[in-house]
Amino acid sequence: MHAKLSVVALSVAAAFALSACGQKEEPKAAAPAAPAGKPEVVVKLGHVAPMTGPQAHLGKDNENGAVLAIEELNAKGLEIGGAKVKFQLLAEDDAADPKQGAIVAQKLVDAKVNGVIGHLNSGTTIPASKLYSDAGIPQISGSATNPKYTQQGFKTAFRVMANDVQQGRALGEFAAKQGVKTVAVVDDRTAYGQGLADEFKKAAEASGLKVVATEYTNDKATDFKAILTKIKSTKAELVFYGGMDAQGGPMAKQMKELGIKAKFLGGDGVCTPEFMKLGGEATEGNFCSLPGQPLEKLAKGPEFREKFTKKFNAEIQLYAPYVYDAVMVMADSMKRADSVDPVKYLPAIGQTKYDGVTALIEFDPQGDLKGGAISIYQYKGGKLEYVETLGGSSVATAKAEVKEAVDSVKDAAKAVAGAATAVGKEAVGDAKEAAKDVVKAGAEAVKNAADATKAAVEKK
Amino acid sequence: MSKWLNPRSAFGIALIAVALLGLPFVAAMGGQAWVRILDFAILYVFLALGLNIVVGFAGLLDLGYIAFYAVGAYTWALLASPHFGLHLPIWVILPIGAGLACFAGVLLGSPTLKLRGDYLAIVTLGFGEIVRIFMNNLNAPVNITNGPQGITLIDPVAFGDFRFSGTSQLFGLSVSGPIKYYYLLVALAILVIVINLRLQHSRIGRAWQAIREDEIAAKAVGINTRNIKLLAFAMGASFGGIAGGVFAAMQGFVSPESFSLMESIMILAMVVLGGMGHIPGVILGAVLLSILPEVLRYGVGPAQMALFGKMLVDPESLRMLVFGLALVLVMRFKPAGLWPSPERKRELQEAGQ
Amino acid sequence: MDIFLQQIINGLVQGSIYALVALGYTMVYGIMGLINFAHGEVVMIGTLVTITVAGSLIKAGMPVALAGLAGVSASVLVCMALGWGLERIAYRPLRNAPRLTPLITAIGMSIVLQNLAMMIWGRNYLTFPPLLPKMDFEFAGANFTAIQVIIVLVSAATMGGLLLLVYRTKLGMAMRATAQNPAVASLMGVNINRVIAAAFVIGSALGALAGVMVGGYYEIAHYQMGFMLGLKAFTAAVLGGIGNLGGAMLGGILLGIIEALGAGYIGDLTGGFLGSHYQDIFAFIVLIVVLMFKPSGLFGEKTGDRA
Repeated sequence: MHAKLSVVALSVAAAFALSACGQKEEPKAAAPAAPAGKPEVVVKLGHVAPMTGPQAHLGKDNENGAVLAIEELNAKGLEIGGAKVKFQLLAEDDAADPKQGAIVAQKLVDAKVNGVIGHLNSGTTIPASKLYSDAGIPQISGSATNPKYTQQGFKTAFRVMANDVQQGRALGEFAAKQGVKTVAVVDDRTAYGQGLADEFKKAAEASGLKVVATEYTNDKATDFKAILTKIKSTKAELVFYGGMDAQGGPMAKQMKELGIKAKFLGGDGVCTPEFMKLGGEATEGNFCSLPGQPLEKLAKGPEFREKFTKKFNAEIQLYAPYVYDAVMVMADSMKRADSVDPVKYLPAIGQTKYDGVTALIEFDPQGDLKGGAISIYQYKGGKLEYVETLGGSSVATAKAEVKEAVDSVKDAAKAVAGAATAVGKEAVGDAKEAAKDVVKAGAEAVKNAADATKAAVEKK
Repeated sequence: MSKWLNPRSAFGIALIAVALLGLPFVAAMGGQAWVRILDFAILYVFLALGLNIVVGFAGLLDLGYIAFYAVGAYTWALLASPHFGLHLPIWVILPIGAGLACFAGVLLGSPTLKLRGDYLAIVTLGFGEIVRIFMNNLNAPVNITNGPQGITLIDPVAFGDFRFSGTSQLFGLSVSGPIKYYYLLVALAILVIVINLRLQHSRIGRAWQAIREDEIAAKAVGINTRNIKLLAFAMGASFGGIAGGVFAAMQGFVSPESFSLMESIMILAMVVLGGMGHIPGVILGAVLLSILPEVLRYGVGPAQMALFGKMLVDPESLRMLVFGLALVLVMRFKPAGLWPSPERKRELQEAGQ
Repeated sequence: MDIFLQQIINGLVQGSIYALVALGYTMVYGIMGLINFAHGEVVMIGTLVTITVAGSLIKAGMPVALAGLAGVSASVLVCMALGWGLERIAYRPLRNAPRLTPLITAIGMSIVLQNLAMMIWGRNYLTFPPLLPKMDFEFAGANFTAIQVIIVLVSAATMGGLLLLVYRTKLGMAMRATAQNPAVASLMGVNINRVIAAAFVIGSALGALAGVMVGGYYEIAHYQMGFMLGLKAFTAAVLGGIGNLGGAMLGGILLGIIEALGAGYIGDLTGGFLGSHYQDIFAFIVLIVVLMFKPSGLFGEKTGDRA
């Protein structure tokens, strides 16, 4: 026993000495010192997403977005604080697990990164954000949509995507426009699903819909017949699902098998090709939403898609453009602050006004994207078809509002003319009244349009 | 006790003490991430020793141990976070957490006293799931646990003004948060080890052993098996509760997904792999199983690159594959665990003949 | 009423699936007193092999019925080999080890099989090829499909077949003898190794069959699908009294129906306090209550001092 004790002590010490030595070979922190003559600074950006596990394909997509942005920045040859800047990406894997997320975050803090892009999942982003905040390292996520991430009061936490509150609200309003009166809400009891479903419920009730059933499942379930049968008994006209495609698809299918005629609606978790693969015909004609706007509708969208597919020989999965923008916003802030020091450039992130691929990016005091847009899509013939965009303050939306207003003025003018010809001379007085009303309406429309334009410009 | 005064063992203890004291600084050379991994390793040592009381000493197969850990973690989270606006000090929360976990232990123990072996395993497993599912759903109608969203901004451990998060200057050394937690955890772990050692050779410990070996005989010699079994559940659960509290404070965030069945199974694997009922073995098992996946994380990718020049198999799946294989192989060749107690080893050899 | 009937049908079908998997657990447990924790993974492999074989044969132009048959046979064969291998590698060397040891190897094998499956079939959800023509029936306002009927029939037939095997054949007699007392059985000329291997192979074949049913019913498959299913089925087996074939069957069906009725009605009964979010724990609560009063399950024989 005695001999054993000392052996253990020695071997433990030796093991750690060894492991520590092994670790020393890791790249050291960025050397700010530059060779004389041509100063160059290496800026390290951490990127975290699950590279393994069921969401690995999304993680790789995020990383590609960051890689593309960094290559472009390096090609451009930015100069910050009088030195040439070279960006370097430290990509890490958190396997979508909160505990591993914290370990990886610590690793990045140790490596003294200048900023962090990510993480992908809200579940890992939230615990990691505390570590970054403690270390004063700015963090911009391109995909964590849980409202809590920015509600913790950390000055270092930002996101370039609409959050679940905004999305749930938009979906609730959209449901109200579908001509249904009763809805059933199902969520998968994950942070994402429950958050989205709760916001949807609030918005739907506020828009005058009646929530007749609230049911639950979990993110590993395959059988939904019991809860669907219950929903059937309430005769709900629409079923909202807060959760992912792997459950949503089979759920839509089982609805059909049970003879439920209600429509199916979901958030970004089911707005995927996978959902249609798993749900088959049952998905046809139903709706879902994605934060942001479709690339095709964005000024720089198609160009980005082309660059991306050319470089990686892969289609954009989901969030790559947002991650790309997140990197760009960080670089832009460094440039404006003329420093790569997190302490110095962090305030500049808050004042960002960056015309990115996905939107005109501005942050509110919490670090959330101002006026994030939500787009609605419809499943049609095995494809997602764009329907409309709700919310959002981008220039494009403002322009569309102006155009609508101008159109309504034109209509008003036409109506005046029509009214004038239609009525006879004996009814001139009446016609005048009618014309007056129409003109008044037209003027109001013009005024609204002006307001909208003004608002858009102010926001810009 | 006199054997501890033997100069050779005193030397051994001194060496361990020095190694334990210096360890985090050595690990910190490789980065704070390694210190954090060490912290988790010690937390698992703590948990495994707690479970060892139930499984190793008393021989009650508990597959829901993580429930007590969850109770402790949520107690801390609720009493020291903005969720209810409470910020109680550690010496209030930890005893409450341990007490609640202890109560949960008795709650689980009392209806299952009659059950044996596999029946007990499935019931404890169910209990673990019940606790997790309640934590996941108690956000309505009254918001208690905040449901799947979890609880954020949990206070770190603090004694007065001395906080365990963030870096502080101590004796001219700059000591980071994870290192401070390391010492706290080592202190707690030593406490548990001492309690375990004392228990093992006490009347209670012998009673547990008697129940483990033959419950009917134990009853026949006048052991109150009911109370003694409940005591095992309660003690194991209290340790789980304390570990949970420290976990919540260290992470600053708890959500139900940290308390899945897989975690229970992991802790059980640590106990069995190391050597059930044998304290040094359990410690070894806990350290190995918590550090092995991390070492594989750092090792598998680079090793493939060095051997084949490219990634043949994605490191994460290979990591878990190696982990699973390790479990099978160790059990295959050392069925009583890596470091079984001498009696156990002897029994096995006899049984094998 | 039609809603109630529908819930009973939902529960019956789900329960039959549990029962089919539970039979595999009970088969092994009855003879060796060992929980084959990797049985859920055998089911998963069964589903995935069927998808690969039947899917690619259909793509190659083979008639659906023939491709389906080939897929099912391939999956049964693969799983039988897997069961035999599991027993040889993970359990046989540990027959005299402490009782918890094989439990840990079983967990280890379960991790290994999941990760192997992930490497072979990838991480994404796979769709099961449509082997049966879509047929929907309606009865008194309740809807059901052909596959649901088949699932109930297959699991009932399987149990019947197993009962015949255990009580009417020589192998069955050897199995019962081994279960009672392996040492004496071996003295009586029973080849214990062969009997135990047979139990594993038969149990795994049942697993493959269950895998085909699950795949055909939900039409999706995934490398992690076995774990939860295995757990529920194991609960069912214990509920009915593990080691008892009829008990496993009834335990499975009972569990399925409890879950369906629980999800369907408990919310209204408790004024919304307990709802379908507690679906997964109704089963456990019933289990705990049953075991409090009948410590060896509903139909379990009084087990000896196995601990």
